[in-house]
Amino acid sequence: MKLSNTLSSENEDIKLNMTAMIDVVFQLLVFFILTFKIVANEGDFNVKMPLASNEPPSNTFEDLKTVISVKLNAGDNGNISGIDVSDQLQSSSLSGQDMFNELTNFVETVLAGNSDPSTADDVEVEFDIDYALKYQYTVQAIGSVSGKVLPDDSVKKLIEKIKFRDNSNQQ
Amino acid sequence: MKFRKKNESGILEADLTPMIDVTFQLIAFFMLIINFSEVDRAEEILLPAHQLARPPETRPDFQVILNLIPDGSVVFSGQKVEKIDFLTGLLNREISAAQLEGVPPGEVAVVIRSHEDTPTGLVQELITKCQSLELENFSLRVKERQE
Repeated sequence: MKLSNTLSSENEDIKLNMTAMIDVVFQLLVFFILTFKIVANEGDFNVKMPLASNEPPSNTFEDLKTVISVKLNAGDNGNISGIDVSDQLQSSSLSGQDMFNELTNFVETVLAGNSDPSTADDVEVEFDIDYALKYQYTVQAIGSVSGKVLPDDSVKKLIEKIKFRDNSNQQ
Repeated sequence: MKFRKKNESGILEADLTPMIDVTFQLIAFFMLIINFSEVDRAEEILLPAHQLARPPETRPDFQVILNLIPDGSVVFSGQKVEKIDFLTGLLNREISAAQLEGVPPGEVAVVIRSHEDTPTGLVQELITKCQSLELENFSLRVKERQE
């Protein structure tokens, strides 16, 4: 039996033709580079929304829950003009650049006054928001009652139960 | 004078191995970070930012992402709906799809991605619309802000 010359030549290098593979690889690379987008991380605020009703806020003494009512007032061009905040015992009108920090302080005061720790989870915030108010202020207010960033970058959670009053008919 | 002997074939062969290695590394990198959920996003929406926003720890069994634009139109699965009231058919279709997967309407996660300048009343209208179809589980999506 005779072996072919190719098998017998031991020193001959076998060279693959890489051109086609490199072509495809570069096509893939260009595709991924062109479709690449840097997207900022996104997070959620969960909101409990009751069925549409025009009843006044449910912060009556008969309720076992403590309800903090937060009214966000819209000024010119949908910018925020002030915040009215109240619970069963106290109320306050906030305005100026620090109003969101003051809102956080108010919520902290209410929680601190809640002597029974078992009821801390029962504190609820009900937002009453002007129709025209820009959404960014709503998010800022929700963040202000949800928690607070401490100097060591840890987050102190405040209130998780948040709901809106239905103002969709204000338009 | 002595000249170097010329390569008779005249073909220069570069060693392509490092280049191919790097190229494959790049492809692997881009493949890993590519986000195929872009269809759920609308380019024109600038989300409000908040430092307390954290990405959800678990992905819900079934979610509906609604992108709300300040003019009151909604982008849903890459499709633009001019008015919130026109969403009924699309939402009913999603609810049916969720039910086929065993997820009741009350457990469908409705993620609202709204532009930061949208009037909050429109967001509430959208929520009310969803509520009328027995959707109850809402999340307001915002951008993480690094302080």
